[in-house]
Amino acid sequence: MSPVPITAEPVKTFKIDGQDVSARETESILQAARAHNIDIPTLCHLEGLSSTGACRLCMVEIKGSNKLLPACVTRVQEGIEVVTNSERLVKYRRMIMELIFSERNHVCAVCVVNGHCELQSTAQKLGMDHVRYPYLNPQLDVDASHERFAIDHNRCILCTRCVRVCDEIETAHTWDVMGRGIGSKVITDFNQPWGESETCTRCGKCVNVCPTGALFEKGKSVAEMAKQRQFLPYLVSRREAMIE
Amino acid sequence: MSAQDKPRFATLWLDGCSGCHMSFLDMDEWLLDLAGQVEVVYSPLVDAKEFPDNVDITLIEGAVASREDIEKLLKIRARTKTLIAFGDCAVTANVPSMRNPFGLEAVMKQVYLDSNAIQPQVPTVTVPELLDRVVPVHRIVKVDVYIPGCPPSAATIKSVVSELLAGKKPDVMALTRFGA
Ligand code: SF4
Ligand code: SF4
Ligand code: SF4
Ligand code: FES
Repeated sequence: MSPVPITAEPVKTFKIDGQDVSARETESILQAARAHNIDIPTLCHLEGLSSTGACRLCMVEIKGSNKLLPACVTRVQEGIEVVTNSERLVKYRRMIMELIFSERNHVCAVCVVNGHCELQSTAQKLGMDHVRYPYLNPQLDVDASHERFAIDHNRCILCTRCVRVCDEIETAHTWDVMGRGIGSKVITDFNQPWGESETCTRCGKCVNVCPTGALFEKGKSVAEMAKQRQFLPYLVSRREAMIE
Repeated sequence: MSAQDKPRFATLWLDGCSGCHMSFLDMDEWLLDLAGQVEVVYSPLVDAKEFPDNVDITLIEGAVASREDIEKLLKIRARTKTLIAFGDCAVTANVPSMRNPFGLEAVMKQVYLDSNAIQPQVPTVTVPELLDRVVPVHRIVKVDVYIPGCPPSAATIKSVVSELLAGKKPDVMALTRFGA
């Protein structure tokens, strides 16, 4: 998390799971919760990138409202009472995980990131021991045209971390999302093969922020691909230092 | 304890690689303990032709890939108290389901007709008819306990089976995960 700048930014005081907490008014409920060691599961969120609210795993309740709100994109407010772990939330999070697994083809036993995957470890943490929905088993491509990297759409959960890191940190904007709903997919340039992309600098940032086995380095076999994320907080803090 | 009042225990193997059963055998000397605690009434590891009645615990390895698998499962479910989906193939359909995106016909053609065999032909007699899609066990029958893992470790199997024998509800996801 970025260091707290010494400004006159107003601070809000409220409750998370009955605990009194405070945060700067521009902070999200997720940031406030993490600063107080309260765990809210996330998948699309990654500290250092903007938040989009794509996966809905971080949903929380606010007392007095029936709506579920994604903690990563909801700002803190004075006096609210946030609930992070009600029976309803546990049920919905489990449903979200099962829907993600049923939507594409996840075969952990033969996956490059087996044992290093955020989707897999989150499923375990949330106690998902099977998927109640029928697997859709769509036929999806693998693009291995790039000289160093490959994308396996079978494992993509459309979290858009690749899109955001390439745009916000590398500023190449090679990735984007095409299509709608269940037919969406991430694309490089104008849906050209990644290897023919004119914008990609081959920096590998997208590969390293990808939470699953969708983006990987070529030459890695089953369970060999572990992601390296140290660069992200470093680059973000360097950039903030330059702006100040 | 006489054989009559011991829990009746069975294992079965559908569309799997036998890896889960190998992991079961990896329990080594605990198998002797288990043999003392239960009566193994049906398994690829023992000589029994027909799946018997009144089974207390059945471990099912493998996904459901053929009509024959479905028939076996329906019979076993009717005769088993606690049915366990044993390993990733049983729980998610795992590797056997990797043919699903392509469809059965395309896969059969690729394997039997386009593979430069001496007499290219799709086998149709004496082999069970394959389903168009391979599915997990719980899509066909009710499952009581799921043990993910490819294969689940011997320690996981031991822990889950001993908890069940002790009448407890095991916290399986604290022990294993998909692809473990
Ligand atoms: S991406 Fe993760 S959850 Fe999906 S198959 Fe690979 S290891 Fe399993
Ligand atoms: S390698 Fe770097 S430049 Fe290329 S797509 Fe990934 S993040 Fe963008
Ligand atoms: S490729 Fe990876 S980072 Fe990009 S959207 Fe898919 S899962 Fe997320
Ligand atoms: S982490 Fe908040 S919506 Fe994905």
